[in-house]
Amino acid sequence: MQFRDHRIVGDILPLAARYSREGADELVFYDITASPDCRTVDRQWVAEVAAVLDIPFCVAGGIGSVADAEDVLNKGADKISINTPALQSPKLITELAKRFGSQCVVVGIDSMEKDSDFFVYKFTGDSSRTVAARRRTLDWVNEVQDLGAGEIVLNCMNRDGVRKGYDTTQLRRVRDICTVPLVASGGAGSADHFRQVFREAEVDGALAASVFHSGEIDIQELKHFLHDAGVHVRSRLNKEWN
Amino acid sequence: MAAVQVAIIDSGGANIASLRFALDRLRAESVLTTDPQLIRNASHVILPGVGAAADAMSKLRDRRLDTVVPQLTQPVLGICLGMQLLAEASQEDDATCLGIVPVIASKLTGSSRNPVPNMGWCPIRVTRSHPLLDGITTGSYFYFIHSYALPPGDFSLATADHESEITAVLARENFYATQFHPERSSTAGARLLQNFLSI
Repeated sequence: MQFRDHRIVGDILPLAARYSREGADELVFYDITASPDCRTVDRQWVAEVAAVLDIPFCVAGGIGSVADAEDVLNKGADKISINTPALQSPKLITELAKRFGSQCVVVGIDSMEKDSDFFVYKFTGDSSRTVAARRRTLDWVNEVQDLGAGEIVLNCMNRDGVRKGYDTTQLRRVRDICTVPLVASGGAGSADHFRQVFREAEVDGALAASVFHSGEIDIQELKHFLHDAGVHVRSRLNKEWN
Repeated sequence: MAAVQVAIIDSGGANIASLRFALDRLRAESVLTTDPQLIRNASHVILPGVGAAADAMSKLRDRRLDTVVPQLTQPVLGICLGMQLLAEASQEDDATCLGIVPVIASKLTGSSRNPVPNMGWCPIRVTRSHPLLDGITTGSYFYFIHSYALPPGDFSLATADHESEITAVLARENFYATQFHPERSSTAGARLLQNFLSI
């Protein structure tokens, strides 16, 4: 669930419960305005979400220290995702992995193509403050894995919100050097885009926000479509596909 | 079902919250404790665990729970690291464990296809029918996050595939365990917890 451009997506609790019921495998809660405003997420909602959800969920935004992460995890989140704070202080990744285990440390990377290469951007929560992080995406992917990241969410900014499909070219390049789970983000507009990204970029997961919020793509139908296309997905009813 | 009073053994580590919430959703009363008396008197005991085997064992030893837990006679459920703690020992820091199940927890073998930690939804294969798995079939998906596991044995009720086959669910007398997190495994996980509380 992504709260971007001040779009209020309604009360998050019923929405979280709905996605869980419909067969989402994991939810990510972004407060992407947190880093630019130098503030942290209001944490009480994490416990409220944990109380209604029976699938894993990740909290992203405003986690800049081990204490922040501990608070979020103690309230019931399964993973924490860091993006700008990791770029400001890469050793935070290692500190989090040592303290909580790399399995709950997700590093989010906002990346865009420029001059036939891919580069990382930071402060992406506020488009007026977004700046290049002066790092090549492939270098940063290698570095965060060495530092202890347990999962990478690669948000391809040039595709974000455009619904023209995931950037399978960029994701494929990252996949080839990424030995931890890789989640694709940015660009989902149709069921076939999900099939393409699983097939062509061999990502471990695909993240989408607006197409699910709007109801344009139904999660159950999407999973049936992917299953029929030969992609291994969990059926909503936790039964064998038939 | 008789009145259920679940004692969750506090072996340290984060993420006990989601287990308590899952029990709340099943309307089961639970208490998080290291008090041997509360643990002995509970109708059901859960041994969760996130973190490292040696740390968790030293926390149990500090409260003499390493002798209390093996003597419990009510249903006991180990979850994730809690399953590995039921073993004789774990390769993780060469920790001596509770010795309830005659097996050694070993490090998962990683590959590009099967990274370690093993993280995500995996289908299980039911190898023995048991009340704990009532309504749960081969092909049911559960949520796993772990780097160590028990190999299959005659105690296994279900297995899962990683680089090699691992025990997903086990039972030995009144001791049960899951390598996955039932509290985060949607309807199938809730069903397993409900089955446990009905034993």
